[in-house]
Amino acid sequence: MSLLSTKSLVKYFGDTHAVDRVDFTVNQGELLALIGSNGAGKTSLVNLISGLLRADSGQIHFQGTDVTHQSIHERIAEGIARSFQLVNLFDQLSTLDNIALSIFSREGKTRRLFTLADHDSAVRDEATEVLRQFGLEARARMVAGGLSQGERKLLDVAVAYALRPKLLFLDEPTSGVSTREKAPIMDVITAIVRSGKITAVIIEHDMDVVFKYSDRIVVMHQGTILADGTPDQIRTNDQVTMTLLGTHAGA
Amino acid sequence: MIPVPPRRVLVYAIPIALLLFVLPSVVSPYEVTQLSYGLIFAIAALGFNLLLGYTGLLSFGHSAYFGMGAYGVAFMVKYLKISSMEALIVGGVVAATAVAALFGFLCVRYTRIFFGILTLALSQVLWSLAFKFFWVTGGTDGLRVPTPSLLGVGMAPGQDKMAFLAHRYYYYVLVIFLVGVAVMWVIVHSPFGKALQAIRDNETRAEFVGVQVRRYRYMAFLVSGVYTGLAGALWAPLNGLTTPDILVWTFSGEIVFFTVLGGFQTFAGPIVGAVVFNYLKTFAVGYTVYWQMFLGGVLVVLVLALPAGIVGTASRLIDRLRKAA
Repeated sequence: MSLLSTKSLVKYFGDTHAVDRVDFTVNQGELLALIGSNGAGKTSLVNLISGLLRADSGQIHFQGTDVTHQSIHERIAEGIARSFQLVNLFDQLSTLDNIALSIFSREGKTRRLFTLADHDSAVRDEATEVLRQFGLEARARMVAGGLSQGERKLLDVAVAYALRPKLLFLDEPTSGVSTREKAPIMDVITAIVRSGKITAVIIEHDMDVVFKYSDRIVVMHQGTILADGTPDQIRTNDQVTMTLLGTHAGA
Repeated sequence: MIPVPPRRVLVYAIPIALLLFVLPSVVSPYEVTQLSYGLIFAIAALGFNLLLGYTGLLSFGHSAYFGMGAYGVAFMVKYLKISSMEALIVGGVVAATAVAALFGFLCVRYTRIFFGILTLALSQVLWSLAFKFFWVTGGTDGLRVPTPSLLGVGMAPGQDKMAFLAHRYYYYVLVIFLVGVAVMWVIVHSPFGKALQAIRDNETRAEFVGVQVRRYRYMAFLVSGVYTGLAGALWAPLNGLTTPDILVWTFSGEIVFFTVLGGFQTFAGPIVGAVVFNYLKTFAVGYTVYWQMFLGGVLVVLVLALPAGIVGTASRLIDRLRKAA
């Protein structure tokens, strides 16, 4: 069953067709990988769906609702959340507060001026539990700006996860971390996403990560969708291997 | 900013509050009056720092809200013959909040230098109105603000005005200051305060956790205007005269100075900065005609040598000593 679908989605930057009449679907409960070379339009597509960019034309439907013209916070309320390619955190807040803010926002508590945030034990307990799931519990009191790159990547995902989204976009969750750290980070993320029954879309360049963790792969090239299929189908797709690797599937 | 536990805050706050209560019995009335000015400026600085330190917006127009608080009081005294300080405070704060609501609506659409310049420009519109509409505002002569009644009790017949200001008015200001500090402390440690700090740190990510950035900036702007207006309302009777000088952009610069001097990255910094600045300025004005040069020198030294301000530097030193021990 389709959770999200786009219809003829278009975004041009001058002569550059970043997203060119894209029909893209995400099915309920899957872990989908969105791949393609640099400039293929992956991040632009996610930016359009999450509300960071406005579409020139086309439609975005989420759970049957047209969200094309909704604001970012309305889309978050619908259940769409995202992390970022370059880590986007609240660096002067503690690791715990980074998570707590998502929970306060989700529960509509950020308008409260006259209650102490630290005294909301329900939010604090939930934030601590999220940190525990991501292996960051020991860093709870540390400012986010003081974490290592791998920890920051995990926290970036955890901040989005704490919104309890129905659909989570993860933009290159392992970029900028060492090869040794990639697998543990992806293991944590995929375990949490699957146990939380969250549908996830991962933009990733590392093909080992893509083929190991995804249920379905969508390949983008020059603003359009080049191929869509299971990891095995994509691995043996000549058009994909020629475009991405410059070789034939059998080579 | 890692939150400081309330118990640790009280360890510092209670002795300081007690000291402020006993000071009038050990220092001269003149010193007490100076302290009243310092506490009033500290209320303005607290409001200002909600924008700078917690929301990341540098306003160069806070003289507008301080001035509206002061002129609101002066107008009520002159045209409505009101002498109750409580009514004057309400009037002053309402006037300042109304202006903050209007200016904030325009300014929070912008950030960085555009926000700063727009706040400065709008505050100068008010200054020019106060300057030109002299038949209403008294022009450069200003409007006299006599000593008001406090909680329904006026100055006793024959009582010395200085004694009144250095005793009853001081305690009146002190209680409002302490309540203002407590309320602001709760605000910056509330979920709303966390949302403001998130906006300061990373506006885009704040949007993506569901914080409506412009709306929250506007709320912060309003609260900031209320505090600065309250300070202006308390200042008018203490000064006895409200003139357009209080609306000039250089006074906005002084509010920035208070905050940088004390340290805008700490809660107590603006309070300490306001009190210290008031003494520095009073000393400099009495000592030399080139007092602006003296204060300018202090600001240069401060930015170069103590970028974290007095409180920021002191707390870093204390942390280092703790770690070394």
